[in-house]
Amino acid sequence: MPDAIRMRFDVDGNDFAAAGTASSEVKRALKQLGMPSGLVKRAAICMYEGEINMVIHADGGVASVAIRPGSVEIELCDHGPGIPDLELAMQEGYSTASEQARNLGFGAGMGLPNMKRYADELKIETELGVGTTVYMLLHDRPC
Amino acid sequence: MTIRQLIDRLSLRVLAGGASDETQLQGCYIGDLLSRVISRSVQGGLWITIMNNLNVAAVAVLADIPCVLLAEGVEAPEDLCEKCAEEGIFLLGSDRSAYELAAAYAQNQP
Repeated sequence: MPDAIRMRFDVDGNDFAAAGTASSEVKRALKQLGMPSGLVKRAAICMYEGEINMVIHADGGVASVAIRPGSVEIELCDHGPGIPDLELAMQEGYSTASEQARNLGFGAGMGLPNMKRYADELKIETELGVGTTVYMLLHDRPC
Repeated sequence: MTIRQLIDRLSLRVLAGGASDETQLQGCYIGDLLSRVISRSVQGGLWITIMNNLNVAAVAVLADIPCVLLAEGVEAPEDLCEKCAEEGIFLLGSDRSAYELAAAYAQNQP
């Protein structure tokens, strides 16, 4: 397997305004590397949803991205409250976002469903009071 | 329709200048919930919203939206204007509703 280009971001949980910064940087890097546009778009959406979730639910966390020809791996690790009911959280429209987050346009209940829709692999490990790790793998394929 | 034509035909305020006003708009999406916008909006299209926080610029960048139109007289904070200008996104404004603006966009197609 070819060496990956790796990116790492400390996502600030207290800065709603800066949410999306890491995703924008990943997207810019993918475009600069000449990755296929469909893969760039899907990776940007997955990364954005993961980043936003860490900001609005988990007080921030760490996002790690590995870029290889034709694939993007994203791992998001937080030490937030964990997800009590993962099946419910995967349902489109279900959200536990705060009033503050909703007022900013978050809390559509589309975060995890969007990740599932756009990633080729999605693994979520979560433990109440410990945190959540989300792993996504995306390959180049038709949208 | 180009962004310039949109501005002229709908008498829109230009709150931040983008990359090129000769960009052809590929369609139109109305929405305020950012996760819906990022996954359902039209790439290269116009986004009409009443959201005016900084995350609007991030979503526009990620969703390849070259032009954001703030409806219902919503004002744009300075940080949003600056971010849109920095990212090459047109930020426009109007006192009309999202429905009226989308209808006018459709009616004014060449």
